[in-house]
Amino acid sequence: MTLEPCDRCEEILQDFLDRTLTNEEWAEAETHLGDCDYCRRRYRFEETLRRYVKLSAVERMPPGLMAKLEQLRGLDATA
Amino acid sequence: MSEADAATEAQRIATEARDRARFEEEALALADQVYRVARRLVGSREEAEDLVQETYARAFRSWRSFTPGTNMRAWLLRILTNLNVDRGRRVQRTPQTQPLEETDYYLANKLASTAGEEALEQEQVVERLSQDSVVTALSEISPQFREVVVLVDIGDFTYADAAQILDVPIGTVMSRLHRGRRALKQKLAEEALT
Repeated sequence: MTLEPCDRCEEILQDFLDRTLTNEEWAEAETHLGDCDYCRRRYRFEETLRRYVKLSAVERMPPGLMAKLEQLRGLDATA
Repeated sequence: MSEADAATEAQRIATEARDRARFEEEALALADQVYRVARRLVGSREEAEDLVQETYARAFRSWRSFTPGTNMRAWLLRILTNLNVDRGRRVQRTPQTQPLEETDYYLANKLASTAGEEALEQEQVVERLSQDSVVTALSEISPQFREVVVLVDIGDFTYADAAQILDVPIGTVMSRLHRGRRALKQKLAEEALT
């Protein structure tokens, strides 16, 4: 591997946030993030973005749907 | 039928009715979480409502095939994604082509190059990207990638659950997830910077 540390850091960003890195990769990322403001900001940004995407995308069930689902109870396989 | 047999039969029916009611209660308690995924897989609220209703109708009809003690949320979502695929196939048979996604820092770099490194701070992110733009961007990535992003990032399913729901290997979930997230960022960059 001859990747620059920042390229490498970018490569393992998703797995870092998903917590699926090996111990070695984790240590590698921590060390680099400790000295690299550029990557640190991008990791933080990605974390924020994930939270924000979720916050934006979650929509509550419309009122009334639950009652419709309740009515389906007791449906028979032969019906 | 002897009296003893009749009593056993009555007992069996009562037990089954109780198990079934318990199953239905458990399934209904998950409706909000099921809807949350459905809503982002399809284009409109009406379609999402239909899809959730079809899912519950199917689930209630096939309650005996659910293994108690296993993950019911994943089981319901498996029904839902299958129904959604059946539905989608009727409309669209040609596979969608996806342009090659940019790298993982793409959106961050775009924002930083337009508005400086400070644009990456939380308050500015929220200011620059509207919630509507996130929803739009999500709806624009190809269905195969969207499915995985929605299950993992919106529905909080693990890779393993997503693999089981979609009936694909875990490695496929991971690669679709990574590519889907990149595609999402690419769409967001287009939305935010144009």
